[in-house]
Amino acid sequence: MTNLKSFMSRQEMLGLLVVAAVLFVVMPLAMDIFRLNLFGKYLTYAFVAIGLVLCWGKGGILSLGQGVFFGLGGYCMAMYLKLEASTPEATAIQSTPGIPDFMDWNQITALPWFWQPFNSLTFTIVAIIAVPALFAFIIGTAMFKRRVGGVYFAIITQAIAAILTILIIGQQGYTGGVNGITDLRTLKGWDIRTDEAKYILYYVNGGLLIAVLLLSQIVLKSKLGRLLVAVRDQEDRVRFSGYDVSNIKIFVFCFAAVLSAIGGAMFTLQVGFMSPSFVGIVPSIEMVIFCAVGGRLSIFGAVYGTLLVNWAKTTFSETFPELWLFGLGALFIAVVLVFPNGLSGLYRSYLAPIVDRFIVPKGRKAEPDKSTPAAPFGADTTAKPAE
Amino acid sequence: MFADYTWTELGSIFAMQGFAGLILFSVFVLMALGLAIIFGQMGVINMAHGEFMILGAYVTYLCSNFVEAYAPSFFGVYFFFAMILAFVAAGSLGALVEWSLIRHLYKRPLDTLLATWGLSLILQQAYRSIFGAREVGVTLPNWLLGSVPLTDIIEIPINGIFVMVLTFFIAIGVYFILFRSRMGMQTRAVVQNRVMAGAVGINTEKVDRHTFALGCGIAGIAGSAFTMIGSTGPTAGQLYIVDTFLIVVFGGAASLLGTIASSFAISQAQSTMEFFLSGSMAKVLTLLTVVGILMLRPQGLFSLKIRR
Repeated sequence: MTNLKSFMSRQEMLGLLVVAAVLFVVMPLAMDIFRLNLFGKYLTYAFVAIGLVLCWGKGGILSLGQGVFFGLGGYCMAMYLKLEASTPEATAIQSTPGIPDFMDWNQITALPWFWQPFNSLTFTIVAIIAVPALFAFIIGTAMFKRRVGGVYFAIITQAIAAILTILIIGQQGYTGGVNGITDLRTLKGWDIRTDEAKYILYYVNGGLLIAVLLLSQIVLKSKLGRLLVAVRDQEDRVRFSGYDVSNIKIFVFCFAAVLSAIGGAMFTLQVGFMSPSFVGIVPSIEMVIFCAVGGRLSIFGAVYGTLLVNWAKTTFSETFPELWLFGLGALFIAVVLVFPNGLSGLYRSYLAPIVDRFIVPKGRKAEPDKSTPAAPFGADTTAKPAE
Repeated sequence: MFADYTWTELGSIFAMQGFAGLILFSVFVLMALGLAIIFGQMGVINMAHGEFMILGAYVTYLCSNFVEAYAPSFFGVYFFFAMILAFVAAGSLGALVEWSLIRHLYKRPLDTLLATWGLSLILQQAYRSIFGAREVGVTLPNWLLGSVPLTDIIEIPINGIFVMVLTFFIAIGVYFILFRSRMGMQTRAVVQNRVMAGAVGINTEKVDRHTFALGCGIAGIAGSAFTMIGSTGPTAGQLYIVDTFLIVVFGGAASLLGTIASSFAISQAQSTMEFFLSGSMAKVLTLLTVVGILMLRPQGLFSLKIRR
C-alpha cells in the first residue's frame, strides 16, 4: 500500500467512505424494503452517471446515447431471466411451449438464433460486458478516428438511441415491443421477487457500485486519466505530443458503456423487467442531468446527483405531477447557468475547507484538484496555489 | 418484395408514395431551415426547436377558432394572418430566449444542448397545462379541402400542394435573407469571424439575437403549415427533433442547399420504404443509412471549403 497516497487523496478516501456508509448503513436503516428497492433502482442509474463523469466531465465527450448501453445490459439480463421463466412446464398453455410468452402472442414458433445463447448464465454475464463494449467500440472507432467530436457526436449518439428504441418497439415478436420483457422470476432457481432477495440484490448492487467507483478512480489516477483531461482541454497539443487521441477517446467511451450496461443488468434484476422506455432519447438525456447535478467532474458527486434527482422526481411526480416537468426543465437550465459544477462544486466551495481542517495533517495544504478545467466550466474557488 | 406487383402498379405506388414523401419533405425542409440557421450558422444546438414549431401550430389553432367564432367572413384567408402571427410569436419568444439564456452559452455548445432541452420540457408542460394533453386540429377553409385526381389511382390532396408551394416560397425567402440582404451578410460575417465583424462596426450581439429570432420564427411558420396536414399535441415537436438535426448534419451544417437535398433524400427514402416494410422498419433503415453515411463522411453531403 505504498502508493495509496498517489492513488487516492485523503479527501477522495473520505468521499468513498461516506458513499459506502450511506449505501450500506444509512439507507438500509432509514428505509423500508419498498423504498430501499426504489433507491436500489436509482443507484443503477448512478453507474451510468459515473460513466458520464469519465466520458463527458473528464474527457469532454458528451454521449446522449448512454441509454442504449444501459438498455443493452438490461436486455441481455432480461433475456436470460425470461428464458429461465419460460420453461415448457410454466408455458404449457401456449401454442408453442418453452418460448417467451410475447413470442407466442406474435405467432413466432421457434426461439430466434440470437436468443439461443442466453440459456447460459456465463454467456449472459460475458454478453452484458462484451455486447455494449463492442457496440461502443464500433461507434467510437467510426467517429473518433475521423475526428468527429463535440456536438456532432452528441447528435449521432442521440440518433442511435432513437433508432434502437424504434427497432425494439417495432420488432415486438423478438423483443417484447413497447411493454418490454416482463414477468421475470428466478435467477438460477433463486426467486428474485422476495423481500430477502431484494435486500441481497441491493447489497450486491451497492458493492458493485463501490467497485466501479474504485475502478474509475484507478483509471482517473493513471496516466490514461491525465491524458484524458489533457485531450479535453487541448486536444491538438496531445496529438502533437505523439499520442493517438482517438484511442484514448474510444477507450473511455467503451468504459462508460460497460459501466452503463452493468447498471442496466442490475436494474433488470432489481426491478424485474426491462422496457424500451429506459433506452430512448429522453432517458438518455435525463442520465446526463443526473451527472450534471452531481457535478460533472466528481465520480462521488454523480452518485448523490442521481439519488437526489430521482428522489425529487418520485416525490414531485407523486404529489404535483404538473410541476415536475417545470422543475426538471428549470433544473437543466440552472445546472448549466448557475452551478455548472453541480453538488460537488457546492461542496468544494463551502464544505471542503471545513472538512480539510480535520483530515489534512498540519503544515500541509490540501492538494488542489488538477483536473478542474479552465474558464468554460466556471471558476473553481477551492484551487489553492500549490506548494 | 417487388415481385407481387405489376409494373403499372409499381409505377403508381412509387408516384403515390413519392408524393406523400414530398409532403414529408416540405415539413422537414420547413423545420430544418430554421435549424440550419440556428445550428448551421450560429452553432447553437436548439433542442427546443420542435417546441417553437408547436407554438406556431397552437397560434394557428387559436386563430382558426377566433376567426371561426367572430369573423366567419374572413375564414377563407385566415391562414395567412395566422402564419404571420405564428412567425411573430415564435420569433419574439426566440429573441427572449436568446437574451435570457443562449447569449451566456455561445462558447459552450454542449451546455446549450442541456439548457434548451430544459426549455423544451418547460414549454411542453406549459402547452399541456394551457391547451390540454389531447391533440388539437384546425378547421381548414373549404378551398384547401379535397384533392386533384391525376390518374385513376393517384390523387393529390390540395392542402399538400399548398404546403409545398409555401415551403418553396419560404425557402426562397430564407435564401434571400441570408445571401442577398444586409442582415444576412452581417450574420455570415459574425459567424465566420466574430471579432473582425465587431471591429468593422457590426453589433454582434444584436445580430445574434436577430438571427436566433429569425430561426425560431421560421420554426413557427413550419408549425403553422404543419397544422394543415396533421394534428398538434404538446409533445409533437419532440418527435421531429432528432430527424431534423440529422437532416441538418447530413446536409452539411453550413449549407442551405445541403439541408434541402438531405430533406429530400430522407423523406423520399422513408416514404417509399414505408409502403413495402412496416413504418418503424422504414424509419430504422433510413436513420441507420444516414448515421452510416455520416460515420463515413462526417462533414455531410455538401461541405463548404473554408479555411478555419
